[in-house]
Amino acid sequence: MSSRKHPLDPPALVKWGLVLVALVYIGIVVMLPLASVFSEAFAQGWDLWWLAIDDPDALAAIRLTLLVAVVAVPLNCVFGVAASWAVAKHDFAGKAFLISLIDLPFSISPVVSGMVYVLLFGAQGWIGPWLQEHDIQIIYALPGIILATIFVTFPFVARELIPLMQAQGRDEEEAALSLGASGFQTFRKVTLPNIRWGLLYGVLLCNARAMGEFGAVSVVSGHIRGETNTMPLHIELLYNDYNLSAAFAVASLLAGLALVTLALKTILEWRHGDALAARGH
Amino acid sequence: MRRQFIKSAVAFGLAAVVAGVGIAGSAQAAGQSLLNVSYDPTREHYQQINAGFAKKWAAQGSGAVAIRQSHGGSGKQSRSVIDGLPADVVTLALAYDIDVIASKAKLLPANWQARLPNNSAPYYSTIVFLVRKGNPKAIHDWDDLAKPGVKVITPNPKTSGGARWNYLAAYGYGLRKYGSAAGARDYLVKLFRNVPVLDSGARGSTTTFVQRGQGDVLIAWENEAHLAVNQLGKGQFEIVAPSVSILAEPPVALVDKNVDRNGTRKLATAYLNYLYTPEAQEIIARNYYRPRNPEVAAKYAGKFPKLPLFTIDKNFGGWAKAQAIHFNNGGLFDQVFEDAKR
Amino acid sequence: MCLNRPPGLRRGDGFDYEGIEGDPALTTRRSAIPGLSLTLGVTIFWLSLIVLIPLSALFLRAASGGWAHFVEAAFSPRAVAAYRVSFGTALIAAAINSVFGLLIAFVLVRYRFFGQRFVSALVDLPFALPTAVAGIALTAIYASNGWVGSIIEPHGIQIAYKPQGIVVALVFIGLPFIVRTVEPVLADLGRDPEEASATLGANRWQTFRFVVLPEIMPALITGFALAFARGVGEYGSVIFIAGNMPFQSEISPLLIVTSLEEYDYAGATGIAVVMLLASLAVLLLINWIQHRERVRRGL
Repeated sequence: MSSRKHPLDPPALVKWGLVLVALVYIGIVVMLPLASVFSEAFAQGWDLWWLAIDDPDALAAIRLTLLVAVVAVPLNCVFGVAASWAVAKHDFAGKAFLISLIDLPFSISPVVSGMVYVLLFGAQGWIGPWLQEHDIQIIYALPGIILATIFVTFPFVARELIPLMQAQGRDEEEAALSLGASGFQTFRKVTLPNIRWGLLYGVLLCNARAMGEFGAVSVVSGHIRGETNTMPLHIELLYNDYNLSAAFAVASLLAGLALVTLALKTILEWRHGDALAARGH
Repeated sequence: MRRQFIKSAVAFGLAAVVAGVGIAGSAQAAGQSLLNVSYDPTREHYQQINAGFAKKWAAQGSGAVAIRQSHGGSGKQSRSVIDGLPADVVTLALAYDIDVIASKAKLLPANWQARLPNNSAPYYSTIVFLVRKGNPKAIHDWDDLAKPGVKVITPNPKTSGGARWNYLAAYGYGLRKYGSAAGARDYLVKLFRNVPVLDSGARGSTTTFVQRGQGDVLIAWENEAHLAVNQLGKGQFEIVAPSVSILAEPPVALVDKNVDRNGTRKLATAYLNYLYTPEAQEIIARNYYRPRNPEVAAKYAGKFPKLPLFTIDKNFGGWAKAQAIHFNNGGLFDQVFEDAKR
Repeated sequence: MCLNRPPGLRRGDGFDYEGIEGDPALTTRRSAIPGLSLTLGVTIFWLSLIVLIPLSALFLRAASGGWAHFVEAAFSPRAVAAYRVSFGTALIAAAINSVFGLLIAFVLVRYRFFGQRFVSALVDLPFALPTAVAGIALTAIYASNGWVGSIIEPHGIQIAYKPQGIVVALVFIGLPFIVRTVEPVLADLGRDPEEASATLGANRWQTFRFVVLPEIMPALITGFALAFARGVGEYGSVIFIAGNMPFQSEISPLLIVTSLEEYDYAGATGIAVVMLLASLAVLLLINWIQHRERVRRGL
């Protein structure tokens, strides 16, 4: 794909026509909402924007969102590494089925993922009464929000690592083992360096979703101001408080996070694309 | 490459630690606190009430108190409490939603409504219309809502307490005007045919009407209508009081099992009693809820138009009956709605 | 199905794991690498705790009332209307994205232009932007006093609070699925088949229609299915912009929430089970397409 003209390239008019259509479509579908978030957030000036962020409830929401991500992402990270090690480096019956199960949370409506925890831990649910007797609060509190977040971000890291580790094969690990390395040494010295960028990539996307989840968390949150409202829920609350500019101010923070995520992702793909791609082709 | 990775990993780890420390550092030493689970349009109202109560409580020498608030559609909030939201007090839009907490989760006794004065409703309200400036569709009474070409915004009665009051007020009007249940039902079908958006809560409907410019008339709580008018400056909207409306009593109650578990019974009791004090009644009236205290009521009488009001007990046989006839699955509302959308 | 990286991006990704280990001698040999029991144990434990046990609670709850009760709850007129809205709008949105997503993928692969990397990164924005943020932003744009709404509404076109609004939200959510699934296949295809086709006297349209399109069809269908599955379950971005009218613009996930709020657990779980089975069916469909692709390519 050089910049030199290929004999099969269409006339310039067609080419630029197609590019234009693509750009206009992306402009309308993607750019416009993004622009409107920042435009509405700063429509009334920096001072009001800062006021919306520097509000105790907003700060509490930011803290809660960070806390949830700090707990959920590493847990899913450990799970993702374990799952991909098991799947990519070993053979066992039912492997394809296991992979489908890992994929399952992708295809479930976030609302359903939240609801299953209410059915399980709610006061009228399976183990709700037992939890109440022992004074353990799961839904409508931090543990429920974390659980729902883990559920929706469950496959992210595993999904990134499995194809990567499969494509890399087992030769290097087997060589290390034959030279007398222990299993853990092999993982740390051989496998981890090979998958590090892929891991970072998975963590990045897992984190973006963890901080932005709305539907699942909404069902289990209880919406207690300054306590169980994550940033997306706080946005909804401000929106319903007629406080549109504050809603968009908090939204602009999350949109900023999305942009940072995309930037890091692009840099990763750009500089470490070879280490990221499981070279199936 | 490897060093680069280690650097990135260290940076990420550091970020996580900083975030974690920030969170730990900010975790407040919990003093006394109370969770008030309320319905949608009471946000601004309870913000002021809570500040007033905290001041009073501290002045009594009882220490600092933090009132935590949760808002949402009344039915939804009630369901959350049933499912384990640890509310110390519930302040919902209608008695039925608290009845359900009593019957399904047994968190408070069935006779809860008799424990506080005025049916446990320290304030009451009614249902009015909010129209756009100049009242371009000439909406003056309930009949005007059923005219072709009028777009009516009201929330979903299945999830919103306010919407149930709206619906019952309209039904009561239909009964009175057309003299029969069939006539009232026809009237409701025509009315709901004019409803283009059905939000799940009263607040959502107000946002749809006020900020998103949908519809010609919003059926709303009186206080919500005033709030919308005041928040967006006078002149954009007008409040229209219909010829007849309904006495809407949003009740409050202590959730016995939860306060006993949290050790907050004394605080919660004081909080609910505070709602009946002249000081709180003033706040209530200023937020356009109708106060119970006669002196405060007299002081603010000019704010509230006098209109004949149906009552749920006299005109509809109480909430249990109204709920069974109108709002249960397959009830009159479901039938009306299906007819309206056909 | 929100995929961090859509499956077509690498041929090794997705469901063709057996394909990589195609050698039967290899697959029956026990791996020499240790740690299977530990890592598999962690995997299954975590999977059960987070996904399987909660989901079984859903199925048991839905089954607790018996079959007739389940059918009644899951296929009430209102639920059926909500399925129609959810599946219908998701289909339309995925179809729109199939056309434009294919075009964008084509442009990104074949042409070089200023700001291309930026445009390519932007395609992924719907993955990274929280759905609630997308929801309020789209509502602000398409409401009658918004940037787009104020232009189109005088012409009698209404988008916000109508089923059209749902389509707009789902188009936003679904775009990256199509682009990222088709793009790598298109890049892989190279130009040889096209050159051959041109040598044989086909014009550009014929070449595209009879040479390129059949090659990328499986990827396109996979992307379509992914966008569709994600659209059916989408909640955050839709509820702000949809009118949420039962029978007209009420989506299934919202009906689940509404049913829960009405204490109607049977209805909520019934609809949830139907949606779950639908998304499983889509998963299997994708699985099947990729399997067929593998066989066709002789992998």
